[in-house]
Amino acid sequence: MTTELPITEADLQAYADGRLAEGRRAEIVAWLAMRPEEAERLAQYRGQGELLRALYDPVLDEPVPKRLRTVARRGPRLRNLARVAGWVALGAALGAIAGWELRALESGTPPALAEGASIARSAAVAHVTYSPEVRHPVEVGADQEAHLVAWLSKRLGAPVRAPALDAVGFSLIGGRLLPGDGDAAAGVNPSPVAQFMYQSAKGQRVTLYVRTEAGDQGETAFRFAREGNVRVFYWIDRNFGYALSTADMDRPELLRVANLVYKQLNP
Amino acid sequence: MDERRAIVDLIPRLRRYARALVGDRAAADDLVQDTLERAWIKFHLYRDGTDLRAWLFTVMHNVHVNRIRATRATDVLDDEMPEMAQRPAQGDSLMVRDLDRAIVRLPDEQRAVLLLVALEDMSYDEVARTLGIPIGTVMSRLSRAREKLRTMMLGLPGAAKLTVVK
Repeated sequence: MTTELPITEADLQAYADGRLAEGRRAEIVAWLAMRPEEAERLAQYRGQGELLRALYDPVLDEPVPKRLRTVARRGPRLRNLARVAGWVALGAALGAIAGWELRALESGTPPALAEGASIARSAAVAHVTYSPEVRHPVEVGADQEAHLVAWLSKRLGAPVRAPALDAVGFSLIGGRLLPGDGDAAAGVNPSPVAQFMYQSAKGQRVTLYVRTEAGDQGETAFRFAREGNVRVFYWIDRNFGYALSTADMDRPELLRVANLVYKQLNP
Repeated sequence: MDERRAIVDLIPRLRRYARALVGDRAAADDLVQDTLERAWIKFHLYRDGTDLRAWLFTVMHNVHVNRIRATRATDVLDDEMPEMAQRPAQGDSLMVRDLDRAIVRLPDEQRAVLLLVALEDMSYDEVARTLGIPIGTVMSRLSRAREKLRTMMLGLPGAAKLTVVK
């Protein structure tokens, strides 16, 4: 029999990672041969590694954004210079809306507007993330609309609806659940957010971003924001905040869609 | 060797790790950008000839931790897996996307260890140095991360599966 060292969880992890010396590995193999459940668990750990790489390795092949390349090439900085450069770059990267938020904060604008700006930005980011997706634009397709709406309502903790936009030439593709922003500074935990995606016959896409607001916020007018090439109309209607985003239409066209969304939601 | 060149070459790996760490593409690239800014500011602390990759990951870790501290209140972790929706005929990457969901639900410090091992293929020792924690902590976080992911992927425990509403 072997006079092996006791087998620890760390040994098992190293085994799963294929990082044991041959002798030790053989001991573990023998040990596992008598413990199929442990062997199964470790096989699943290995599977996780493969899945993780399948999920994230494609990032390696994505083109590197120019802003990152630029910063990487910059070279060592003197402290103060770097700090200034850093803030300038950061400001540029955050873009128009963030700048607007910053100004809103500085000038003591009422919270509702800052709130609205944040929904516009989050919606724009979500739009940019998911609308270019060809294969997986949504989690649940329009063919299961009832399920989609029930699922999102359950997760948001309030009844949401997917407005019908056929009258302006857009049909529902489906929707997905997204993490909310929350407001850490104010101690507000994020509740999830729903995104419905629509497409026109010409392939234009719009997304409707819906989040719950704390309490009845009354109603605001439509507000317009622009983040990069994404245009957003956003508004608050009682317990919900809405933001309608597109990168494929100009402002008047988007407004037409926004009007219909509003009407559909307030029959 | 020109470090600028070396750092440019490492961007894809920094982006991959950042994407897995924070989930969202734009937020991940912001993290990479902040990391690069910080790296050049702190470059006098980098010792020539040592592992530049490990050093950059350490910088990224510090930037990330500082950001988390700033937003701790939003870091809500719960053991319940979000309901997995029935998806229409897209079985091909179901597992991968479930993992996507599960990974963001790991505690940050466990996720970091798992990703450095699984994606960067760092040795446990390198992970310990990169994150500034003892190797025993690396092993226990790795173990907990994997077990937690496993139970989430199996839909256990108490993973409330949503039934399809017809």
